[in-house]
Amino acid sequence: MVKLNVNGKMHQVDVEPDMPLLWVLRDHLGLLGVKYGCGVALCGACTIHVDGAAVRSCVMPASAAVGKQVVTIEGLAEGGVHRLQAAWIEHEVPQCGYCQTGMIMSAAALLTEKPKPSDADIDKAMTNLCRCGTYTRVREAIHAVAAGPASSAAAKKVGG
Amino acid sequence: MNINRRGFLKASVALGGGLLLEFSFPVAAKAAGGMAATEVNAWVVIHPDDRVVVRIARSEMGQGTYTALAQLVAEELDCDWAKVSSEFASPNEHIRRKRIWGSMSTGGSQGVRSSQDYVRKAGAAARVMLVNAAAARWKVSAAECTVERGVISHGPSRRTLRYGEVAAEAARLEPPKDVVLRDPKNWKIAGKSMHRFDIPDKVMGKPVFGVDVVLPGMLHASVAQCPVFGGTLKSLDAGAAEKMRGVKKVVREADFVAVIADSWWRADQALKQLKIEWDAGTNGTASTASIMAMLREGLADPNLPQARKIGDTDAALATAAKVIEAEYSSPYLNHATMEPQTCTAWLKPEGFLEVWTSTQNGEASMAAAAETSGLPLEKVEVHKMMLGGGFGRRGGPQDFVVQGVKIAMSMPGTPVKMMWSRQEDMQHGFYRPASVVRMKAGLDARGNLIAMHTRIACPSILKVLLRELPKEGIDFTAVRTLSDMPYTIPNQQVDYAMRNGHVPVGFWRAPGQQNAFYRESFIDELAVAAGRDPIEFRLAMLKTADKNRLVLEAVAKAANWGAPLPPGVHRGLAVADGFGSYTAMVAEVSVTPGGEPRVHRIVVAIDSGHVVNPDTCRAQAEGNVIFGLGSILYQENNIRNGRIVESNFHDFRLPQISEMPQVETVLVPTGGFWGGHGEPAILPLPAAICNAIFAATGKRIRSLPLKHHDLRKA
Repeated sequence: MVKLNVNGKMHQVDVEPDMPLLWVLRDHLGLLGVKYGCGVALCGACTIHVDGAAVRSCVMPASAAVGKQVVTIEGLAEGGVHRLQAAWIEHEVPQCGYCQTGMIMSAAALLTEKPKPSDADIDKAMTNLCRCGTYTRVREAIHAVAAGPASSAAAKKVGG
Repeated sequence: MNINRRGFLKASVALGGGLLLEFSFPVAAKAAGGMAATEVNAWVVIHPDDRVVVRIARSEMGQGTYTALAQLVAEELDCDWAKVSSEFASPNEHIRRKRIWGSMSTGGSQGVRSSQDYVRKAGAAARVMLVNAAAARWKVSAAECTVERGVISHGPSRRTLRYGEVAAEAARLEPPKDVVLRDPKNWKIAGKSMHRFDIPDKVMGKPVFGVDVVLPGMLHASVAQCPVFGGTLKSLDAGAAEKMRGVKKVVREADFVAVIADSWWRADQALKQLKIEWDAGTNGTASTASIMAMLREGLADPNLPQARKIGDTDAALATAAKVIEAEYSSPYLNHATMEPQTCTAWLKPEGFLEVWTSTQNGEASMAAAAETSGLPLEKVEVHKMMLGGGFGRRGGPQDFVVQGVKIAMSMPGTPVKMMWSRQEDMQHGFYRPASVVRMKAGLDARGNLIAMHTRIACPSILKVLLRELPKEGIDFTAVRTLSDMPYTIPNQQVDYAMRNGHVPVGFWRAPGQQNAFYRESFIDELAVAAGRDPIEFRLAMLKTADKNRLVLEAVAKAANWGAPLPPGVHRGLAVADGFGSYTAMVAEVSVTPGGEPRVHRIVVAIDSGHVVNPDTCRAQAEGNVIFGLGSILYQENNIRNGRIVESNFHDFRLPQISEMPQVETVLVPTGGFWGGHGEPAILPLPAAICNAIFAATGKRIRSLPLKHHDLRKA
């Protein structure tokens, strides 16, 4: 049994302590926004927040998250639309979209640390891999959020 | 029904092709939330509250077809775009209704261009039927009625009806025989950068992908395939694995094993504990070197079939003032979709098989599932999920469906979700073929190109993947861009050596795109040898009306060709037509003193005839640049002991955000034809970048990736 705080809720999960957080979230807690891409922390599709820091959940054992705050894309805005998600919609960032939840979680952690990141900051923090080529728009959307509130029109498109 | 898997595969590579429209068989669509929606025709479903649902036959992998096709339907339907959404057409219903939605294949940049005619007609036909229904209710002539944004008006009596109010009556009317389509000049919905429908769910992390399927009681499977292509399972000791937590079953098949467990991680952990002995078969000693030797042996074959023959190259080369020769080559490449191959299958107690998968061809998936299960097509349904990348991997080959179905058939009644590990995905692809090309060209005394003889050795995708012997020994995907080049060189010959080897090959974004690298790099070599400007050299060989001219001129203007650049930055240029469009590109590149190439800016001009969603087209150009850049800088798949060497993103690198060049896309649609956008911009990229590297370093790049070249100044 592993006790985890995920998106503000406590869960008792009957898993091995060494099961990577990624699989606890996906297969045991049904949080499917977090993605498997490589299994060895190379691609960042599995990025979540643990105590506010961007973490690659495919290599973090469940036991390492005990007593910490785990946040997934589903909990990023507590049922609403995070300003990064609104900007992602406004700038039409995703193509296939598979890597994008991890990309957004990395961007959110970056903005917490550096509210006005430079291009160099983005280059350093955003090491998530995207095969479709959304990088230009990822950068634009991060700068747009850093510059000010994203338009509410995009948030409406999500339908709450 | 005379439908088989091969038929779908063949259809997936057929170019264009007309479709007989069937506007008949209206059936009530599934009711959503009480009041029944009406299917006016196969493409158009209208709800009583005027919401319009457009059925989409092609798959969505981020290229935007799911939205662009709805734009075309809505344009002709003349409805309120704010009330439009899309849904995938059901492959099972598609077969029952005699393939009413046309091709489901999503490749070759054909999603829009090969569907546009019939989907626009579907939208227009629905509009006519809706107007006729309103006119009938009012007992007036339809000619007196007008439509705007889903509201039908009868001017003389000042009456109006909404689409939602007459849809049920419209569906019972005879479809019109002929419809008049709007002139694209007057488009209001098509041609605009509408927001893509699929983006909000993807951004919110909704479970839309193949790997996200969850079903009651569902189990998970991880797979190990024989690492040597063509090999088989010799023995398996599953004793330890079967006792591991959560493990339900170990599946033994001829060329793969799978562990089924209650979570994917547990399945994969157990898979690693299996003691597997493979029989490598006859391919266990193949290597990159042996494959390159096989290709070079092909180039030496004196009896190759000719893919193009104009004039007499031998005679012309004998008279040339200068003869230039070069050999170019490319490695195998995996698609490396971010979402690994996956398939969820469920053999239900009543003998009906349901499949959920990320597929580029829903009907090919269905045929593969039917063939594997032995069930008739009528007893199979495929749910098309959003693809976490496709790039050609998930269309022709349906190996993941075959596997997923075999695994689920071993546990009747239980849904099983199969997903490959990254390593499995990297080592069991259908690779972009490795190829070697020799080119020999002659310039006359004034520096005009008078002859070009090309010999291409390349595995045939059509032969290996589709098992179709190409006509006269020529696979068009292996020779194009060279066999159909637009340059008016008076003497041309292209020979093709089909050398297949044992590595599975497939359609990798813009199949045959290696040839654009070879051709446009070699043309650059010739321009340098002739002492001519690379644009002027090309323009002199293009006919006045050739659209390659137009994009070359457009890109030269947009990139300010010839104007000074910052110190150390150099330009390279290339042009290529393919996938229905014409594309020219200028790359601005510098090379550090340490020999590291850096691509700063890409300017690309594309003429696709028409543009349905400009922003999506720009996104595809950006995507082609980064997809191509990885293959130019780093990527290759090597063979050792018959198997793929690379296993994950550490040895098959993808560029990061820090390596993304600025991309400026210039859309120059000239109308009159429909070209694609998913692939064209990758065609000129390698040559544009490598020509810039030549300008920067004096080093001519004739093989990729660049990581093998020492780019430091000599």
